[in-house]
Amino acid sequence: MSVAVTKSRYQSEEFSARLRRRYAAERRFRIAGMVAVGIASLMLVVLLGSIVSKGYTAFWQAQIRLEVTLDKQQVEERNYTAIVRQALYAQVPAATDRATRRSLNDLLSSGAPYELEAMVNANPSLVGTTQTVWVRADDEIDQFMKGFIRRDVPESERRLNDVKIAAIDALVANGSIRSTFNTTLFTAGDSREPEQAGILGAVVGSALTLVVTMLLSVPIGIAAAVYLEEFAPKNRWTDLIEVNINNLAAVPSIIFGLLGLAVFLGFFGLPRSAPLVGGLVMALMTLPVIIIASRVALKAVPPSIREAALGVGASPLQTVTHHVLPLALPGILTGTIIGMARALGETAPLLMIGMVAFIVDIPGGLTDSATAIPVQIYMWADSPERAFTERTSAAILILLAFLILMNGLAVFLRKKFERRW
Amino acid sequence: MSVQTHIPATAMPSRPAAGIHGTKMVARDVKVFYGAKQALKGINLEIQENRVMALIGPSGCGKSTFLRCLNRMNDTIENCRVEGLIALDGEDVYGKNIDAVQLRARVGMVFQKPNPFPKSIYDNIAYGPRIHGIASHRDEMDEIVQTSLQRAGLWNEVKDRLREPGTGLSGGQQQRLCIARAIAVSPEVILMDEPCSALDPIATAHIEELIDELRENYTIVIVTHNMQQAARVSQKTAFFHLGDMVECDDTEEIFTNPRDERTQGYITGRYG
Repeated sequence: MSVAVTKSRYQSEEFSARLRRRYAAERRFRIAGMVAVGIASLMLVVLLGSIVSKGYTAFWQAQIRLEVTLDKQQVEERNYTAIVRQALYAQVPAATDRATRRSLNDLLSSGAPYELEAMVNANPSLVGTTQTVWVRADDEIDQFMKGFIRRDVPESERRLNDVKIAAIDALVANGSIRSTFNTTLFTAGDSREPEQAGILGAVVGSALTLVVTMLLSVPIGIAAAVYLEEFAPKNRWTDLIEVNINNLAAVPSIIFGLLGLAVFLGFFGLPRSAPLVGGLVMALMTLPVIIIASRVALKAVPPSIREAALGVGASPLQTVTHHVLPLALPGILTGTIIGMARALGETAPLLMIGMVAFIVDIPGGLTDSATAIPVQIYMWADSPERAFTERTSAAILILLAFLILMNGLAVFLRKKFERRW
Repeated sequence: MSVQTHIPATAMPSRPAAGIHGTKMVARDVKVFYGAKQALKGINLEIQENRVMALIGPSGCGKSTFLRCLNRMNDTIENCRVEGLIALDGEDVYGKNIDAVQLRARVGMVFQKPNPFPKSIYDNIAYGPRIHGIASHRDEMDEIVQTSLQRAGLWNEVKDRLREPGTGLSGGQQQRLCIARAIAVSPEVILMDEPCSALDPIATAHIEELIDELRENYTIVIVTHNMQQAARVSQKTAFFHLGDMVECDDTEEIFTNPRDERTQGYITGRYG
């Protein structure tokens, strides 16, 4: 009797080949995934690298040292321009004729006399003395010091003429030019002069806008989500509402801007360029995001917790406020903060309601004219001066820092309030 | 194939049904619909005071549905409609005089899966008394927490860690915590929906002992898939099948001398 050696189906050659193909497919999929992650990371590095490399110079600013003699008569006449200029001429002894001196006038920021005036006003005892002060250099000098204006191009094509370059060389030689941290960028409002321009006005504008957005959209959004998820009957009306909320989340932001323009400015007559209106528009835009995120978070709370609470005799509202909402809070917070971050980075609706104006003052209230960080970036990017290019990138970095901060806060809060069951 | 399930006489409740047991809850022609689907087809049942009633039957027969009617937990289910009469101490629980929240304070519930709140052990117990305003100050609350845990046989295991989360306990401890939570609001009836199905045999034995002790003070209705368990803990057993209540009698009677052949088939393991 011959016993045929029958191999199992899973030991056959055909099966091994099949197995190899299955593994090969898996390998290909993994490689594709890694390539995708690699490309995404590379894009991010390129994006951040280009912004940082263009923007980091904006955090430094050239200053020129002056030995100012605060002559009593000149101070009384408030002729600080003359005081500053005389001090500068003294620094560059080679400049004696009128034409050269006129060129020298451009070395200093046009804000230098005001800086000096503010200093004297703060401390009147300085009158009659000679003080060593560092004042901001003009943006072109700053750019030259940073190497963005090259001296090897012909004078006719250069932003700085030979006289100015000679004067700068003289100042460098006697140590009267230095590069310091650019505090103005963080403490001033917008300005036509790059060396006097700062982001603070836009930051305050953004903050005021976000406060309005948050105060409106968070309570309304969470209340709407709780009602729809926990109390509303499931019928055609609630289905319709749900579809519409989902659609609203996908509406382009400029449409919300137009709505704000028509309703808040046109119908209610609220002031133009005000953070109040900006916040109202942003709240409309963020509401669907918060409602959707909150509903998802509420859905994720296990029904057994609701049953447990109802089982000991809690009313439906107590069930929600004592048990369901606290458990859904991490998810709600994450959704809310991501919605807020989106509002912080939004530009288009603000253009529609006039928050795109050139505003020097730092807004002090909800109805003051203001702008926002992304709008400030947009306006600086539009400015011709070379020094605004680096400030644009610097402003983007500041905006990114706020966004990372907010997202970090979202992660932190989620970790803090997360509870396992 | 038929496997005879032999239930030893020692597994039967040793305690004689002492005294007269009044009727605590009554169900008259209870029909439940989920949308168009009928889950219960007219249940008539009487639940006696201070006794344990076991509801047995194959999956999907409606015993959990019936249990959830008794404290109106079905209210939370969309499309669920209840017809007929369910009375607690002679009052219609679906009537105007009884509010669902008030009813659930009087008829507590323990669920299949242990579901402690993600709070401390203390707060798990104290939650019910707190919302019902049972304890007026801290000492009283501490007292309630302690007695509830003692009655649930959990006090010695957790007395040193009342502030730790209830979710950190083992499965059996969590279920006893849930029983303690139900006891803490001093209900009159406790409904248990397969309270031991997620537990190991030792934890199950603990809970069964506990049920036997609890019936001195409470009326208990328990749904179970485990027939030995029904035999061990209950005095009355009702057999449900496909939305009907087939048979209800003394537990001993059901397991030794069932009248209906479906009951006979189920308890002998022919189906279910």
